[in-house]
Amino acid sequence: MIAEAGLAALWLAAGLAALQLIMGMAALRREIDAGPTIRSVAVVQGALTVIAFAMLLLVFARTDLSVALVFENSHSAKPFIYKVAGAWGNHEGSMLLWVTVLAASGAVLALLSRRVGERTLIAALAAQAALALGFYAFLLIASNPFARLDPAPLEGRGLNPLLQDPGLAFHPPTLYLGYVGLSVAFSLAVGALLTQEVDSRLGRAMRPWVLAAWIMLTLGITAGSYWAYYELGWGGWWFWDPVENASLMPWLAATALLHSINVLAARGALKAWTMMLAVIAFSMSMVGTFLVRSGVLTSVHAFAIDPERGTFLLALLAIYVGAAFTLFAVRGATLKEGAPFELVSRESGLVVNNLLLSVILAIVFLGTLYPLFVEAISGEKLSVGAPYFNVVAGPLALILAVLVGIGPLLTWRRERRPVWGKLQVPAVFAVVALTVTIILAPHIGILPRLGLVVAAFLAAASILPLVGRNALRAPVETWGMVLAHLGIAVALAGMAANAAFTSERLAVATFGDVLRVGPWLVQLEGVAPTAGPNWTAIEAQLRASRGSAPIVLRPQTRYFSDPPTETNEAAIRTFWNGQLYTVIGKPDPSGAWQLRLWWKPFVTLIWAGGGIIALGGALGLVGRALRAWRVRRKREPDWRRRYA
Amino acid sequence: MKPKNQRLILVAAALLAVLVAVLLAMWGLREQAAYFLTPADIVAGKAEPGRAVRLGGMVEAGSIQRQADGVSIRFTLTDGKARTPVLFRGIVPDLFREGSGAVAEGRIQDGTFVADTILAKHDERYMPPELGNLSAEHKAGKTLDQ
Repeated sequence: MIAEAGLAALWLAAGLAALQLIMGMAALRREIDAGPTIRSVAVVQGALTVIAFAMLLLVFARTDLSVALVFENSHSAKPFIYKVAGAWGNHEGSMLLWVTVLAASGAVLALLSRRVGERTLIAALAAQAALALGFYAFLLIASNPFARLDPAPLEGRGLNPLLQDPGLAFHPPTLYLGYVGLSVAFSLAVGALLTQEVDSRLGRAMRPWVLAAWIMLTLGITAGSYWAYYELGWGGWWFWDPVENASLMPWLAATALLHSINVLAARGALKAWTMMLAVIAFSMSMVGTFLVRSGVLTSVHAFAIDPERGTFLLALLAIYVGAAFTLFAVRGATLKEGAPFELVSRESGLVVNNLLLSVILAIVFLGTLYPLFVEAISGEKLSVGAPYFNVVAGPLALILAVLVGIGPLLTWRRERRPVWGKLQVPAVFAVVALTVTIILAPHIGILPRLGLVVAAFLAAASILPLVGRNALRAPVETWGMVLAHLGIAVALAGMAANAAFTSERLAVATFGDVLRVGPWLVQLEGVAPTAGPNWTAIEAQLRASRGSAPIVLRPQTRYFSDPPTETNEAAIRTFWNGQLYTVIGKPDPSGAWQLRLWWKPFVTLIWAGGGIIALGGALGLVGRALRAWRVRRKREPDWRRRYA
Repeated sequence: MKPKNQRLILVAAALLAVLVAVLLAMWGLREQAAYFLTPADIVAGKAEPGRAVRLGGMVEAGSIQRQADGVSIRFTLTDGKARTPVLFRGIVPDLFREGSGAVAEGRIQDGTFVADTILAKHDERYMPPELGNLSAEHKAGKTLDQ
């Protein structure tokens, strides 16, 4: 019954989406006056998908094996949290989560949006319904999560052990909130292009959506990076895997959008450009979904290779992106220009930010899709990896990071004073960092060294907007911006330090052997079997010391029986100045064990930086919301009555 | 600045940025893309010495030999038509086994493929498409041999 209820809720939601689309189009042609009704339809549609998703969680929590998806991906012996989180650890479930976020975002837009004009909102809700319809069709026709099996099997096949990790509970939902949250920016842009109401009001309406989606994307990517780092046992935090790029591309586009939207909201300028970025950002989300979900790529994210699904998703992508760009081409040129600005101004600083981000986005996009194009055209197989992305995008990212320190110092419209005077302290920081790294570490690579120098510069420059004024009275969003930019410096420092100073040791050890890695002496004390709820393992005991009291690490190789798989469980110990990362390999015939050890100085700064960036975004969101609330209360003293 | 000129400059800047991005990407891809080859391609001389490529094939039964240093292994990858010896230093993935598929990333040096990384298929359900095709070809090759 539960599964059928979920399926019924999905069909109903799809019907309502069709209704929402038709009513929206009719209302736009002024045939009916449907504003309030469309809002209600959108809210009910969102609620129905939430119900469908709750039903899926329920069948997974109860391990109802008569549901095909549960049979394929769950097992009665699995820990409870992975039973529930396993609901989105597969193709159908994750697409249902996608659609749920899409419809729920539409519902929240319908409930909360007061900033845009009624017609633009109706058009946006119609666009959101059109998006949802395609993905409902995809779910119901090609990826039904609620399909039954008759008779019900006795036991499930289990979940991929790599996914049996707390990361599964956090990484996909945050990433999807970000991916799909961008759909609202897309729909608002499409709506505003349809009604030709692209103005600063639209910018202010779009901004919280973009900011919230961007925060979630930042958190989701950061969490995914750390998860891959500790789970895969390769000691790397970013592999330039196409699936990672699939999440990076919407983030780059959303970051550009986040900045250009400020120009639109504050000055009414960059209209066409901002609309295009809003379209591109969600298009990148859809490209990412296509890359990950269609099975054209192989990774732990590609759950099944199914050409039918791939074609379906590609068709959806082509329809939506094609329609949005056509609309943009027709309407973009008719947009009136906003307030003009001089060559040296906050606006042009943000234009440069946008151009650089777009160039990086294009480079990542081309590098990610190039192998697919080549294989489709010539049948030749090739892969594009870290060497390409680091060499081509790395220097641009460093240039961008330098400009991040300078841009916020410029004033709107026209900067009259030279900014160089303000940059003396950051410049000193950069020179000191350069000198120190040359003296202490003469042999590190050019890119990591520049990374450290730029990080020092940016760390000092990013706080300048708070210097020379009463920092406590500065707007909350200024604090948010400063924090986010500081987070970039922190993450950059972590990346550069990890690249420059990591020591690695790969060795074969017998019991009692002592290995040196960085400042550490690591002794293999023993290897013993151990067991968990649904796995058995071989566990090494390592005693590590660097002068002070020794610590014990226990890396494992785990054996799962459902499905039969081995995984490496790295043992990682975090210190203020780095992480000691240990992995146990295979025994050789003489009884010696392979050990892989890393000392990674300041590697944790990478994810700390990601967290700080997201926190800065959150401050910006809260600050703007508080201010809007205060303004509204002043202007409309009895605003509460509207909700009575 | 007049709004109209401003728009022209912005459009020009955007086009220039796209052009720069495409040129940079093309340059980078020409230099850095790693081709996926099979042992037969290696025999046919498709791999430039010293250039990074990916070599995919089946790990030949009985070919894995541990080297004296304990952390290096030698094995042979085959696609049914040709065989390529591979040298790898490091911990192999959990599912790296004789008789199953693997992809080695590295370069040809003196007739041996020196691998920096070894990828094995993740489990029964996750098979790199490259290897998926390959095992089909491999099987086809075998039936032809018989």
